[in-house]
Formats: sequence, structure tokens, C-alpha cells
Amino acid sequence: MATTPPRPPAGYRKPDRGTQPDYLFPPYASTVKRSPSHPLVLLPTSLSEATGPLFGFERIRANDFDLTKQHSGAPIGERIVVTGRVLDANAKPVANTLVEIWQANAAGRYPHKRDNHDAPTDPNFTGAGRTLTDSEGRYRFVTIRPGEYPWRNHYNAWRPAHIHFSLFGPAFATRLVTQMYFPGDPLLEYDPMYMSIPDERARRRLVSAFDWETTIPETALGYKWDIVLRGREETPMDNDVLPA
Amino acid sequence: MSLQTTSSQTIGPYLHIGTTWLVTQDLTAPGVTGERIAIDGRVLDGDGKPVIDALVEIWQANAHGRYAHPEDTRDLPLEAGFTGFGRSQTDEQGRFRFTTIKPGRVPGADGRLQAPHLNVTIFMRGILKHLITRMYFPDDPANATDPVLGLVPEARRGTLVARRTKPGVLAWEVILQGDGETVFFEC
Repeated sequence: MATTPPRPPAGYRKPDRGTQPDYLFPPYASTVKRSPSHPLVLLPTSLSEATGPLFGFERIRANDFDLTKQHSGAPIGERIVVTGRVLDANAKPVANTLVEIWQANAAGRYPHKRDNHDAPTDPNFTGAGRTLTDSEGRYRFVTIRPGEYPWRNHYNAWRPAHIHFSLFGPAFATRLVTQMYFPGDPLLEYDPMYMSIPDERARRRLVSAFDWETTIPETALGYKWDIVLRGREETPMDNDVLPA
Repeated sequence: MSLQTTSSQTIGPYLHIGTTWLVTQDLTAPGVTGERIAIDGRVLDGDGKPVIDALVEIWQANAHGRYAHPEDTRDLPLEAGFTGFGRSQTDEQGRFRFTTIKPGRVPGADGRLQAPHLNVTIFMRGILKHLITRMYFPDDPANATDPVLGLVPEARRGTLVARRTKPGVLAWEVILQGDGETVFFEC
């Protein structure tokens, strides 16, 4: 077998201006001493960036997608179903990709040694889940609605209710960690993390939508949230008809 | 059809709850070939204080310079038991650790071979969009002609190269801001 002749891999499209936060955003105080001061160096896409870790089902357990069934009893709180699709910026589904989530309990408390918010922990809720998307890029989690909680960023600072999401996608270049928010949350406009995204429409895309279709009667409200990972720069597709 | 990429948000201070299950500090396994190396890493902020709540991930080729990924179709051996992925969380001193093998050389965007390197992503509270950097190996003659190091101002290249503290052990500091600030990339 001959070695495939070197051909540079197609790059990944840069997100549009204003759709991603900057590193330094002083209203979010922790950015002040942690943000790089030098401009980023642009890295051309090689195999190092066009490849990335891929994960299978071997380490995912049956209840990892259902955060309400990970302990002997039911967690306190309003049960919700969170579903959506993982797509790339070319609108192609991202199949079989790992999605990790974590969140506070219904009282706005994390079972974490550095969370000293005076709200109850819940012995029946850890708040961590994981799944792989299916062949259409779909994911589904069952959980409880996380509570809002105070933080000490500024006077009377409260985080809007949110679920942390971590995704890998097909390449090193497609890694994404973000947060999903809930519709109608009055805390969003006061939240420096949410407001760090300059483009208002981009911010709104972090807010899930109530979804009647996935709501389970008598059981759980449905919320829908699609996630878009970076997509490949334009390359001729296999099924494109190229001019003669 | 074109969609807008979802905005990034910080991983926050409670990252351990969702990410500890996949911590992988030892990438080696019996039978994996290559020079074993231990990496003692540290993450420091703009005041030189240790960052105690960072998530550090590495992605690398195996000793033959092959990535375990379908896009790497070169005719080089893959090794069972070596995925090339590592994840570590910093401790109270800002330290992270990996045990891995020195990767082989992989072609760069222009087809020239790159020097052996680890691809690194770093997440933490106060970082709204993950940091991307690379770790190179000390005393490797290939560093002098590496196409990516060549893009970095000479005075800052050293921030990407680990130091050998004893045989088989490398130390590497990631400095987020200020004097000796590590070079971060956009890809």
C-alpha cells in the first residue's frame, strides 16, 4: 500500500465576528488575570488540528443520560427532558460524538467542595451526564431544572439557570464547551458570562426553547437546544457535479 | 446551508463534576512503543498564582507519527491501546500531570514535517473560550525547522518547549498572562 501523498486537510471555518466572547471581559472579573494579553497566533490546519479524539460507548453506562436515575431515590425538582441535535456549520449532523453535561441541583447547589452556597445538597442528584449523539446528531438527557445561584463576581450577582455542555466533534478544531440557558430567564441580561458574547442573536442561540413535542405528559417538560460545531471550509462534495 | 457556530462559554469552577470521569493522565499501555515521558505541568495566572481549577487536554500522534483518527490515512502503524487523548485537572498548586510517549513527526499544513508536539486545550473559570497551545520537546533538532514554531516570534518560542528536569521527566509551565506569557493559538 502506498502512502497517500500529502495534501493539506481542509480547514475549519472561523466563527462570525461577534459570535464568540473575547478573552478579556472585565465585567466577568476572573477574566482580568487569566486572559492572554498577546494576540493569538493563527495556526494553519494540519493533521494535528483536523484529527481529534473519538469516543465510543465502552465507557458510557445505561443511566448516564438520565440524571434522575443515578441514585436510589428521585432528586428533588422539576423533571425536564433536554433534546437537540449537534450539527456542524454546514448543517450536517455530527454523529456519534460525545456530549458531557453538568449542572446545579434544583436549589442551585453543586455537590462540590468549593461550592459553599447556603442551599441544600440533594443526595439523589449528582448533576453529571453523558451520551453519544445518534446517526442524525440527536442527543437526549433527562434531568431536573437547575436552580439559579449567587456568585461573588459583583454585588448581588446571580447566575441564570444553566446546564454546562462539553462537546468534541470530529477534530481538535471543533472542541466546544458552553452553557445552555432557559427561556424567559430574567437573570440573563445581568449575567456577564452570557453578556460577554457581543452579538445578541448569538447570545439568544444559547437559550433553549420549550418544546411541547418532547414534553412527556404527567412527567417532564421538554426543552430543545441545537448545538452547532465549526464546519469545514468549502470543499467539493462527493456528490457535487463539477463543471467539465 | 450555513449555520452560525454556537458561542463558547466558560467551563466554570465546578468542572470536576462533569469531567472527572474521563480524566486520563496515563496515555500509555503495555505494548505501546515509544519513549516514555512524564510531564509535570503547571498553570499560572497573570499574578503568578497557581490556577487550581483548570482542565488540560492533550491530543497527540503515536510514536510512528500517526493519529488514531480516520482522517489520518497515511500508511503508518496504529497501536492498540494508544488513543492519543489525555485529560488532567490542575490541583491546589496548579499542577497537572501526564504520562505518555513522545509522538513521531506529522506533516504540517505545507507538507513539511513538524517537530514532535502535543496539541493542548485548556479550560478554566475566567476563560470564556478555551485556550489552544502546543508543547514541544527540548533538544529536538526538528524544533529548528518546525513550521508552527516558525510562525511564533523567536523571543516567545521558548514558552512552547518543555524543560527536561531529569531523565524521562519534562516540566512545562503555562503562563496565562504577562512576563513569559505562553503562546496561544487560533486554529
